[in-house]
Amino acid sequence: MAQVRLTGIAKAFGKVTALDAMDLMIDDGELVCLLGPSGSGKSTLLRLIGGFETPSEGTIAIDGVDVTHLPPERRPTAMVFQSHALWSHMTVHGNIAFGLKLRRLPRAEIRERVEKVLDLVGLAGYSARLPSQLSGGQQQRVALARSLVIEPKILLLDEPFASLDQHLRERLRDEVRDIQQRLGITAVFVTHGQDEALAISDRIVVLADGRMQQVGRPGEIYAEPKTAFVAGFIGAMNMLDGTLADGEIAAGGLRLAAEGSGAARLAIRPEDIALSEPEEGRTVTVRRMIDFGSHVVIDSTLVDGTHLRIQTDKTIRVEAGERVGIRVERWTVFAEGEAPRRYSSDTVRPFREARYA
Amino acid sequence: MTDLAPVSPFDASPSAVGRIARRAPIDWTGIAFLVGLAAVILLPLVVTAVWAFAEVWRFPAIVPQRMGLGYWQETLSRTDVWQALWLSLRITTTVTVISAAICFPAAYAFARLDFPGRNMLFLAFLSVQAFPKFGLIIATATIFLTLNLIGTFWGVVLIQLVGTLLYMIWIPVSAFQGVDRRLEEAARDVGASPMRVFWSITLPQAAPTLFAAILITFVNTFYETDAAWLIGLPNVRTMPMVMIAFINNALEVQYGAVLFVFLWVPSFLLMLAARRVMGADAFAKGLGG
Repeated sequence: MAQVRLTGIAKAFGKVTALDAMDLMIDDGELVCLLGPSGSGKSTLLRLIGGFETPSEGTIAIDGVDVTHLPPERRPTAMVFQSHALWSHMTVHGNIAFGLKLRRLPRAEIRERVEKVLDLVGLAGYSARLPSQLSGGQQQRVALARSLVIEPKILLLDEPFASLDQHLRERLRDEVRDIQQRLGITAVFVTHGQDEALAISDRIVVLADGRMQQVGRPGEIYAEPKTAFVAGFIGAMNMLDGTLADGEIAAGGLRLAAEGSGAARLAIRPEDIALSEPEEGRTVTVRRMIDFGSHVVIDSTLVDGTHLRIQTDKTIRVEAGERVGIRVERWTVFAEGEAPRRYSSDTVRPFREARYA
Repeated sequence: MTDLAPVSPFDASPSAVGRIARRAPIDWTGIAFLVGLAAVILLPLVVTAVWAFAEVWRFPAIVPQRMGLGYWQETLSRTDVWQALWLSLRITTTVTVISAAICFPAAYAFARLDFPGRNMLFLAFLSVQAFPKFGLIIATATIFLTLNLIGTFWGVVLIQLVGTLLYMIWIPVSAFQGVDRRLEEAARDVGASPMRVFWSITLPQAAPTLFAAILITFVNTFYETDAAWLIGLPNVRTMPMVMIAFINNALEVQYGAVLFVFLWVPSFLLMLAARRVMGADAFAKGLGG
């Protein structure tokens, strides 16, 4: 149905640069998450696509048509706002029908399309209610219906479920994913929650400080972070400052095989550390054991006091203060100005060429 | 002004209230304030209202010796009372409509646009209220004399417009500022032009507050005396002017009391109707609660 092409997009508010030289291609029918901490420019990017901001530089094209300077009402986009932004003086029907009335559709067709979209979001029979008579989740469904009913080419979602509790958030995001796939609509979803991004995206764009850090499929971003920021931001990660020398990286008393020299950061996923019998240079002291039911996380310290989180089997039981041995199975080294190097197992050589799904 | 809204003491289901209900301690300070307020506000109202129906009420009687509708008949049969009422309604309506036409767009501009001199201009609008009003009216009166506006309908309308600026700018500015920009963006998003957004979203969202401003302006203008006296008399006799004349010229209190009740009842009903139509919450919000 529709693709979006961003070319050299930059946006400055006064002297503050919100976005810097960004190229991105969003394919037809794809759901792309813009993921980043607050202030990373993700909402600004979404608002640029929606037409609520004009880029300082660069162009935005939807289906090959340059829309850079078109106002929101003339773009084939529809946005679902974080605050749902329902018009409190109109009923549910009035809210959803507004966009159709502007298009001067016949009354019967408006009614039919409103009923259909309400059915789609699971709110059949609610058309006469006022937004204030709905729960938070229902309000957000109405907001979604209001955007879908005008059949936009691109659906934009700006942290739509941030104000809802976790269960509802998970259910709604699954529903949004279902609807998006059923309609085959192209969607851009802004979130600061990595779970949300990993759960529903075809691709994730990780943003930090107005720059694109990495673009990739969820599994790829988790397994092969390109920058230390992405490594630390997506999923749990132990980030240790260390020094490269003599084919080794030394960090917090740990020594692991690594090429290069100079300062570097060592990144190890908690699940890539296995417990073993104590052996020289590979012991930690247990501080606390956190039982999540499905798995166990051990908060431990290395000899020099550096914290290390270890994720392990739910049957494992350790005591605080106990010394246990560890075996690091996979690790990544980020050195300034170089591509990250990935290693697996204590002794094996790098497997940079490896690919993840 | 939030206290205008009926706030339920417990935000819980009735059964939960029943379970946790405790006898509230007696709030003596609150009661003292209440009694004080009643003495200052309600007592004079009640006394005046009783006077309107009293034909003989001499010291030291607590209730009038004789009650009746004699003074009502006498007052309401006078043609100048009805003329003044009709004139006051015309002036007040004209002032309110013109004031809204001038002030609401200005308020929207103050609330939404950032233009050079914005703050200065806003202050200028409000600073009219900072001057002693009587001095301002006299200064205006001398200008109106040369323009032949003294004693004319439009002269009174013009001077009373000045008095409405404060409420008709200040309240609507906060009304427009209170409309969430995202509501407007959402409307643009589904295809509405900026003009359509204003009519279909911004204005209805701000309406309860704007209506409160109109109501305050209407009532204030209706009872305005200083300007009506200096600019309007002798040709333009508004209702309050007639009332003052009654009180000054007649020894009987009753004429004034009758007019007081006569005028107070409709404006009270208007207030009640406004509350009912808009809902107590919106109304309290509109009045700055």
